[in-house]
Amino acid sequence: MAKNDLQGALDLLILKTLSQLSSMHGYGIVNHIKRVSDELLIVEEGSLYPALHRMEQNGWVRSNWAITDYGRKAKWYSLTRAGKEQLAAREKNWEQVVKGVDAILRFA
Amino acid sequence: MGLFRRMVTLGKRTRMEREIEAELHEHMQMCIDDNVAAGMSREAAEREARLRFGSLVSARERVSEEDAALGIESLWRDVRMALRGFLKSPGFSVVVIATLALGIGANTAIFELLDALRLRTLPVANPNELAELRIVGGNHGFGINDGMFMNFTIPMWQEMKDHHDPFSGVFAWRVNDVLVGTPSESRRVNGLEVSGGFFSTLGVAPWRGRLIEAQDDSVCQLTKVVASYGFWKSQMGGVPITANTTMTVEGKTVQVLGVTPPSFFGMEVGNHFDLAYPTCTPQKPRREIFVYSVMGRLKPGWSMKQAFDYFNALSPGLFEKTAPSGYSADSVKTFTSFRLGAYPAGAGVSYLREAYSSSLNYLLAITGLVLLIACANLANLMLARSSRKQREMAIRMALGATRARLLRQLLIESALLALSGAGLGVALAQPLSRALVAALDTSRNSIHLVIAADWRVILFAAAVGAGTCILCGTVPALRSTRTDPVSSMRSGERGVMGNRERFWLQRTMVVTQLAVSMVLLVGALLFVRSYRNLATLNPGFRESGIVVGYFGFGGLHLKQEDLTAFKRQLVEDVRALPGIENATATNNTPLGGGSWSHSVDMGALSGSSRFTYVSPTYFATLGIPILTGRGFTDQDRSGTPLVLIVNQTFVRRFVRSSSPLGAHVHVLPEPDYPERTYEIVGTIPDTKYSDLREEQQAMAFVPADQVPLTAQRPGMAMMIAARDTAGVARTVRQLFEQKHSGVNMQFFDFEQGIRDNLVGDRLMAMLSGAFGVLAALLVIVGLYGVLSYFLAQRRGEIGIRIALGASRGRVIAESLRDAMRMLVIGVTIGVIMALLAGREASTMVFGLKPWDPKTLLAAAALLAAVTVITSIIPAVKAANVNPIETLRSE
Repeated sequence: MAKNDLQGALDLLILKTLSQLSSMHGYGIVNHIKRVSDELLIVEEGSLYPALHRMEQNGWVRSNWAITDYGRKAKWYSLTRAGKEQLAAREKNWEQVVKGVDAILRFA
Repeated sequence: MGLFRRMVTLGKRTRMEREIEAELHEHMQMCIDDNVAAGMSREAAEREARLRFGSLVSARERVSEEDAALGIESLWRDVRMALRGFLKSPGFSVVVIATLALGIGANTAIFELLDALRLRTLPVANPNELAELRIVGGNHGFGINDGMFMNFTIPMWQEMKDHHDPFSGVFAWRVNDVLVGTPSESRRVNGLEVSGGFFSTLGVAPWRGRLIEAQDDSVCQLTKVVASYGFWKSQMGGVPITANTTMTVEGKTVQVLGVTPPSFFGMEVGNHFDLAYPTCTPQKPRREIFVYSVMGRLKPGWSMKQAFDYFNALSPGLFEKTAPSGYSADSVKTFTSFRLGAYPAGAGVSYLREAYSSSLNYLLAITGLVLLIACANLANLMLARSSRKQREMAIRMALGATRARLLRQLLIESALLALSGAGLGVALAQPLSRALVAALDTSRNSIHLVIAADWRVILFAAAVGAGTCILCGTVPALRSTRTDPVSSMRSGERGVMGNRERFWLQRTMVVTQLAVSMVLLVGALLFVRSYRNLATLNPGFRESGIVVGYFGFGGLHLKQEDLTAFKRQLVEDVRALPGIENATATNNTPLGGGSWSHSVDMGALSGSSRFTYVSPTYFATLGIPILTGRGFTDQDRSGTPLVLIVNQTFVRRFVRSSSPLGAHVHVLPEPDYPERTYEIVGTIPDTKYSDLREEQQAMAFVPADQVPLTAQRPGMAMMIAARDTAGVARTVRQLFEQKHSGVNMQFFDFEQGIRDNLVGDRLMAMLSGAFGVLAALLVIVGLYGVLSYFLAQRRGEIGIRIALGASRGRVIAESLRDAMRMLVIGVTIGVIMALLAGREASTMVFGLKPWDPKTLLAAAALLAAVTVITSIIPAVKAANVNPIETLRSE
């Protein structure tokens, strides 16, 4: 059974973004999600940073300070091994959730 | 992993927060950069970014809240904040901590004593397996008992030694002073006579050398002793124990076998032994003298109940076999109907325990109640303080602090206070309980009690501390966090928000204080009056200016028939000394705790009467008048008719004829005391016998010269009257050392001895009195605080009423009425509680009923006076407000 965790969607988005970009800072993550989803999904900064912080504490992502292309200092995040495992688990879980929600919506 | 990292980052909080802040800041900057690049003006871009982001601070807070380490971290922050708050109001903190420290300290001190006396087990192996044998219900004064814990005769012990199936080991012991040192420089030390199985059954291992063993039992000459650790260290200088280590005991050179471990003090809690020596069984042991306490260790698989039943079943045969001869048939029948019982003995035996257990229970209750009053004060103080912090609370709530968060902060504050109070209290408890023991210590009975803060004491203090924390912290905290921030901020500090509910809480606390202090005051008055009754009680004889001397002359080896004359000579010699008013021999000093009885038969009436053998000078020495008939004279000798002087109770109980003079009193036989018939020649008023509290006893006096020859012993007690008692011991000692050298002497002041017996009552009166006063003081403080607070809250209202024309007298009267209402309710509840508690205390007060109306009335009056005086000041202050000023400040 899928863990009924719609809230986990944000974590999933962040983890997936980092796996696609290999390394990115917070602002970049927001932009990436916005762009890729065609502005359907907009991650609020107020939710992003607590989530990033939590993931870092849990050891899913690691971070280091580096300079951006435009010459600003930023904290760059990348996935750890545990983060990758976490992503795989969440992706699978998400599929189940979508299936489940879909089934509910299609019920006539 | 994660958790570990969190722990590591603990304490690096500022650094982490700075990092988060920097990250957020850069994010905002990137946002602005992008917007500018998209063609926005810089100001508009900054504005846009800030709007999206909200406050940087709150964003940071949200990020760091994700941190699990935050729990511990912010706890520490709350602690620091509380400490800062305490430092800012040092007066408040000192008052609270000092009150708690004293309250918890007093409670812990009493508990420590109870623990030492009653709860702690003996420092021996598996103390819970130890059982003591006793005659169920005691021996009813049969035969001769030399002291406490002397439950069995030697023949009984011999039987038990052979029949003890439930016990893996059994032993007998008794305490008995022994004389140490050469005759010229001898002193008495605490001796412990023990049978061979004593140390092995208890599981006490030698510290040095060896201890007394089964092989030491048989020899009936004192040749071997074992020293206690304390005696070995202080009196023997801790010398190595060898086969040649000897010392002089009872005039003989004995071998010191070994030393017991430091923790072992003997079998009696509150006392300690110096020297232990083996028991011995004489050729023809006395069958009516009770000497030993007998204990054993239960075999595995035997319960105390089974052991009890075993010895109960053993009893008929045992007492049949050991019955003494020379008694009347009735007495023997009493003897053979004795039954044995086995009782837990893991905590040892204790005179102190029996004497002071109930006093300590009462003291614990008293100190607990005082702490309760103090707690109510503190709760009120906290409440007043938190209502002053109302605005701060409201602002913090408005800023988004949750109630749980604020509650935690407040509870941490009170927990810190309680913790410091309890810590200080435990530290205070030790000296306090030592002081209590020192107060009970008298010149003749020294107390040795191991007072230590063991786990029970710590647990007790922790429980009391937690209780006080909950009592005086939780309620105010719950109360002050249950505010609606909007209305609270709007009303600010104006005096209109006095919500009824909170006043109700404070009123309840004041009423509780009044009720509890009523109980304490009644108790204090009862104990003080009871002690006064005892101390001023006229026992019927002279108490001051009398020295009691004990003389032993076993070493002189006088012939039995010469003892009577020798004793008479000693009395005459003392009487002839300068500065001595009078002197008398007696076999029993009044109010000394001992007693001596014979069974009397006067035909129709029979029973038991106290008997005292005295010199003719007894009544003159003690100032007891002869009511009818004559006193004893030197002509009342062993050959002349046997005569008796009796007291009024004796006359009432045993004499039927109109005049007791000339009546014949038949005394039943006992070993060494043959059957006799005396004639009453005089009567005296009733005087106290062995104890001030006891009922009046029937008493009879016999001339010392008429003591049966068989009952004469080489020792005597003498009561010596003198104006200057300090010099008596010296003069008598000087004379006897010249004239009767070889006589052992011991002296003590008669009045001091009587007073020493009241030491427990005096302590109870002093402590309950002190705690009563303390309770009253605490009530004054609490009442004053609460009334001032009420009136301060109602300042605006009072100002308006005065402006509208209310007279100041009316305002004062109204606030007094409020106080009076609380007083009446408090006192009523207090009286009910005092009456309920008093029923239990009736055995402890002397010459009073616990529901003594005078005492209740006095306590109520005292409390009323305190309440009125305390409430007048804030009332007058409130009535003197300037209405204009008050209203302007609104």
